[in-house]
Amino acid sequence: MMDGKTERPLVRVEQVSKEYAMGGEVLKALNGVSLTVGYGEFVAIIGPSGSGKSTLMNILGCLDTPTSGKYWLEGEEVSRLPENRLAEIRNRKIGFIFQNFNLLPKLTALENVELPLIYRGMKGAERRERAMEALRKVGLADRTRHRPAELSGGQQQRVAIARALAGSPPVLLGDEPTGALDSKTSGEVMELMLELNREGHTIILITHNMDVADQAKRIVRIADGVLDEGGGAACISPRD
Amino acid sequence: MHFAQGLKMAFKSIRSNKLRSILTMLGVIIGVGSVIALVGIGQGTSKQIEEQVQSLGTNLLTVNILGRGVTSTLAYEEAVQFAGIEGVEYAAPYNSNNATLKYGTAGAGVNVIGTNADYFPLRGYELAAGRFITQIDLDFHQKVAVLGSATAEELFGSENPVGEYVRINGVRYKVVGLLAEKGSSALGSNDELAVIPLTTAERMFRSKGVRSVYIQAESMDALDAVQAEVEARLAKIFRNGDDAYRVFNQADMLETAASVSGTLSLALGGIAGISLLVGGIGIMNIMLVSVTERTREIGIRKAIGAKKRDILMQFLIESVTISALGGLLGVGLGLAAGRAVSSLVKIDVVHSADMIALSMGFSILIGVVFGMYPANKAANLKPIDALRFE
Ligand SMILES: Nc1ncnc2c1ncn2[C@@H]1O[C@H](COP(=O)(O)OP(=O)(O)OP(=O)(O)O)[C@@H](O)[C@H]1O
Ligand SMILES: [Mg+2]
Repeated sequence: MMDGKTERPLVRVEQVSKEYAMGGEVLKALNGVSLTVGYGEFVAIIGPSGSGKSTLMNILGCLDTPTSGKYWLEGEEVSRLPENRLAEIRNRKIGFIFQNFNLLPKLTALENVELPLIYRGMKGAERRERAMEALRKVGLADRTRHRPAELSGGQQQRVAIARALAGSPPVLLGDEPTGALDSKTSGEVMELMLELNREGHTIILITHNMDVADQAKRIVRIADGVLDEGGGAACISPRD
Repeated sequence: MHFAQGLKMAFKSIRSNKLRSILTMLGVIIGVGSVIALVGIGQGTSKQIEEQVQSLGTNLLTVNILGRGVTSTLAYEEAVQFAGIEGVEYAAPYNSNNATLKYGTAGAGVNVIGTNADYFPLRGYELAAGRFITQIDLDFHQKVAVLGSATAEELFGSENPVGEYVRINGVRYKVVGLLAEKGSSALGSNDELAVIPLTTAERMFRSKGVRSVYIQAESMDALDAVQAEVEARLAKIFRNGDDAYRVFNQADMLETAASVSGTLSLALGGIAGISLLVGGIGIMNIMLVSVTERTREIGIRKAIGAKKRDILMQFLIESVTISALGGLLGVGLGLAAGRAVSSLVKIDVVHSADMIALSMGFSILIGVVFGMYPANKAANLKPIDALRFE
């Protein structure tokens, strides 16, 4: 799993920096970050507030582009691709799970889950079937016609996970997916993520919660835009 | 993404904001509605005028004596000479005066026409009873009258007036004929009149000469030659100026009617353009607000794989759906308003499929043009910026 050099890694980030111009000064949110994640991994990124976690995650999710550096996703260099290609990559290769769920309030759970498949151009019957399957996987087969406002926080996040899963992308990204949930529901959502990982899904997530991080196979620390994998995952998290 | 999906999304969004959507449509609804109604009324009116002009008889020339210059009147004898022109079928000189008709205690103010025998076939009148005015009546200044059906009914009720005597401005006339009902037209009733011999009318109203002559040519082909000859003769009679008379033909009248309705259509087109422009700006305004309001939604859609084109389509379909729906409601409103007007004011309202198609097409165009800018604005948002938007 750790020898990403021999087989093609899922995610490979090299010397990525992100700079923001703030009133004449340049703020380096990310400073030469390199990271490699293989298929089937479960990586937790931790670090203090403002350290650049979300910035990194947005770049990994192709929502944002780095100022410099390179990013290979399944062997394809994606850091300089035009917006339309990026949209396609977000649609097919990435399942993004947000802290605040980011469901469309006017759509039902099923319709929310169908949405990425609609943008993929998938036809009605197959699309509904795939979306239903994703909802079953997160245990919400009986809530398909509910709107987000009619669901609890944990249920909403599970709908969001189903949406990320529906297109069966190679990697699931979560920016503090349990950050808005109480400890009990957050435990349930983490259990779901672990289950998905056991089924073979690659997961990268950000968390502030050490209990959550401890359940990951590998922990990456970030501080002031610099990555530190010191100690490695094995000594912190002796799972599997 | 498929078009059908975009349409579904648009309807969803329109339905979830019903009041706002309807208010947005209002500009287009009123614009299209007023265009459909006004153009319908305009077309109906010009069709009526056209029919009226045509019902005067085809191949018709009208000579009007304006009475200016040294020689200011056309003598009856001169006017009937026109009948001798090659290609002329009928020539009917006539004067018309308002007078009061009395029968017993019943009275009516009507138009009294002094003319000759040619007047009836030329104007397309038929007899219900009795006879028309004849040449002998003119030769002997007979005090005889032929009544229009409405006038007869007003004075005599359902009785047959033929053989009775009426008083026209106090003078006794024998009713010799009753005209069949002809119905009314845009220019008024054709049945409220009394016809008397021209020579009698000249004496009675103390006006020597005729004011107008109807001349009907045998055919459309003969019309030009007849008109040239009539004008030549008139020029000889009125030696000091051609502003003493006017000769109209059918084509001139139709042309005038056409130019009037053309101007009308242009004015209506202008109103349509302005109101639809206002409607379009309304749509743009709301769509811009909607883009700002839905920035997060756009961000979410982009984050899960919507392309620029998908977002553009979504907003464009939405604005076109609003404007097309507005157009459709406008067409309905216009048709209803047209029907209401035609039943209230007795004007024919003619709606053409072309006009309806045109205003629908224009509404859709409005949606595209005024939706393009907001849609483009939405499509060009960067996903990360849109997601961060609060
Ligand atoms: N659009 C931006 N413009 C300017 N500075 C930004 C922008 N986005 C992030 N930053 C800065 O970059 C740094 C890293 O931000 P980031 O959101 O990645 O932090 P984070 O690690 O996710 O923090 P938190 O745990 O609070 O979510 C911060 O100092 C932030 O102020
Ligand atoms: Mg963050």
